[in-house]
Amino acid sequence: MGKIRTPYLLLLPGFGFLFVFFILPILNLAQTSTQTPVGGGDTGQYEQTFRFQNYIDAFVENKEQFGRSFVYALIATLLALAISYPLAYAIAFKSGKYKNFFLVLVVAPFFTSFLLRTVAWKQILGEEGFVVPTLRNIGIISDSTTLTSTAFAVVMGMTYNFLPFMTLPLFASIDRIDPRTLEASGDLYANGFTTFRKVTLPLSMPGVVAGTLLTFIPAAGDYVNAAILGSPNTKMIGNVIESRYFKIVDYPTAAALSFTLMAAILILVTVYIRKAGTEELV
Amino acid sequence: MSKKIADATIPTIPLAARFQRWFGRNLIRVYMVFAFTYLFIPVAYTFAFSFNDSGKSNLIWKGFTLDNWKNPCGAPEVCNALANSIKIGLLATIFSTILGTMIAFAIGRHKFKGRSTSNLLIFLPMATPEIVLGASLLSLFLVFKINPGFWPTVIAHVMFCISFVVVTVKARIASLDPRLEQAAMDLYANEFQTFRRVTLPLVAPGIAGAALLAFSLSFDDFIITNFNSGTVITFPKFVYTAAARGIPAQANVIGSGMFFLALAIVIAGQFVNRRKAR
Repeated sequence: MGKIRTPYLLLLPGFGFLFVFFILPILNLAQTSTQTPVGGGDTGQYEQTFRFQNYIDAFVENKEQFGRSFVYALIATLLALAISYPLAYAIAFKSGKYKNFFLVLVVAPFFTSFLLRTVAWKQILGEEGFVVPTLRNIGIISDSTTLTSTAFAVVMGMTYNFLPFMTLPLFASIDRIDPRTLEASGDLYANGFTTFRKVTLPLSMPGVVAGTLLTFIPAAGDYVNAAILGSPNTKMIGNVIESRYFKIVDYPTAAALSFTLMAAILILVTVYIRKAGTEELV
Repeated sequence: MSKKIADATIPTIPLAARFQRWFGRNLIRVYMVFAFTYLFIPVAYTFAFSFNDSGKSNLIWKGFTLDNWKNPCGAPEVCNALANSIKIGLLATIFSTILGTMIAFAIGRHKFKGRSTSNLLIFLPMATPEIVLGASLLSLFLVFKINPGFWPTVIAHVMFCISFVVVTVKARIASLDPRLEQAAMDLYANEFQTFRRVTLPLVAPGIAGAALLAFSLSFDDFIITNFNSGTVITFPKFVYTAAARGIPAQANVIGSGMFFLALAIVIAGQFVNRRKAR
């Protein structure tokens, strides 16, 4: 009897907590998203009118920022994958007894605060930094071109800031590959590229899926990089939600936007996991 | 034999070709150097500018000084923000580690109805963008007329840390050899003794790792904190607010200090692991 109850007793406090502070807020958010201002005025009071038009209004008004969020997050995710894959591969297969040392090196930069690193990039890429004058001297960019307050800076910042979320799961799954499978492939006359395409890449797919999800999700909802490194022209949906909450105090629109973002990401994630054919995450 | 041939042929290969060959062989190493340079540029920058004799705005290099390191609390609010972050981080770590470890044992050690639903409930907060977590929790607090502040921030941090604790501890539990517990039972240890003397010590490194992860997630969190902390200033919030007018060099001192402290903890942890492995 006790045995059957044990797991539920263990789950109770944690799930109780998650129910009150995760599930309830999400349900409450859903409820807020269809409210309208009392009397139609600017009173800051809202009542439930089940106005689903809120969603359409919010989306139409901010479709540009929505699009930007997904495009930026996608580019940042692909860049992070391109940077991380060779790095994770090198650490797993080419670093010998220094494997742990290099792993620590990958994580170490992220011990300095996320905000400090982003501000550091702003100053490095800014007018007083060393990158812009150098590029101007070589003639890669013109005198009037700046790097900060651009989409480039925002995407670069996101790529950098979410890099360990890509590198670590990639490393974990590449490190699990038995090197003998690669030797076997070579013995069967596959060249380096074919071995990679037919052996290494498929075996590391769980890491690719986990890494891309762990990078894409926070990137799509991020507003810090866009706020520090971007301009009004690079605003993402996170920036809109933030200002709807704090500056405009328009809770229904903010809630509708949050809910749309969450739903869009969950749908994308589900489709992606189905396509990539791995359930290991859940 | 083959070495001799190689020695004899090298001088006949032109320099460019030799470089190309070296490059081809060491491409991955060259790549690692570039990748790590990229990773460390902002850290090096933050560290270097912690020595800047900058006055109020730490934007341009004005000369070397140790003053900022001697007096890290010199800038207004910075140490208050740091203290808040540490307090919130410790509380969030304690609660999320306890709750998360219990869940991890339930899911990792027991077969029960609703196990896959439990897994889903753990996965969902990780798949939800931070801004949605932060905004929805704030809405709930507002409905119950709870003002954002210190404790709402702790609650928010516990909420998003639990899943990461569960995943980390569960992985450790899954890697345990079940025979060790069976052996303890064979030696007449009862269930509680087996858990206390065998299972818990074996899972302990996983729990410690989860606690470290929870603390670093909490300490570095900005988005969820920004929604739920009201007037309480944490270290990331301090940096964000200061970013507009230029961050005092003391913030760089604290960031660099955290970097070296965390590095020391990780290296010490590895050292302990290696000694245990012997």
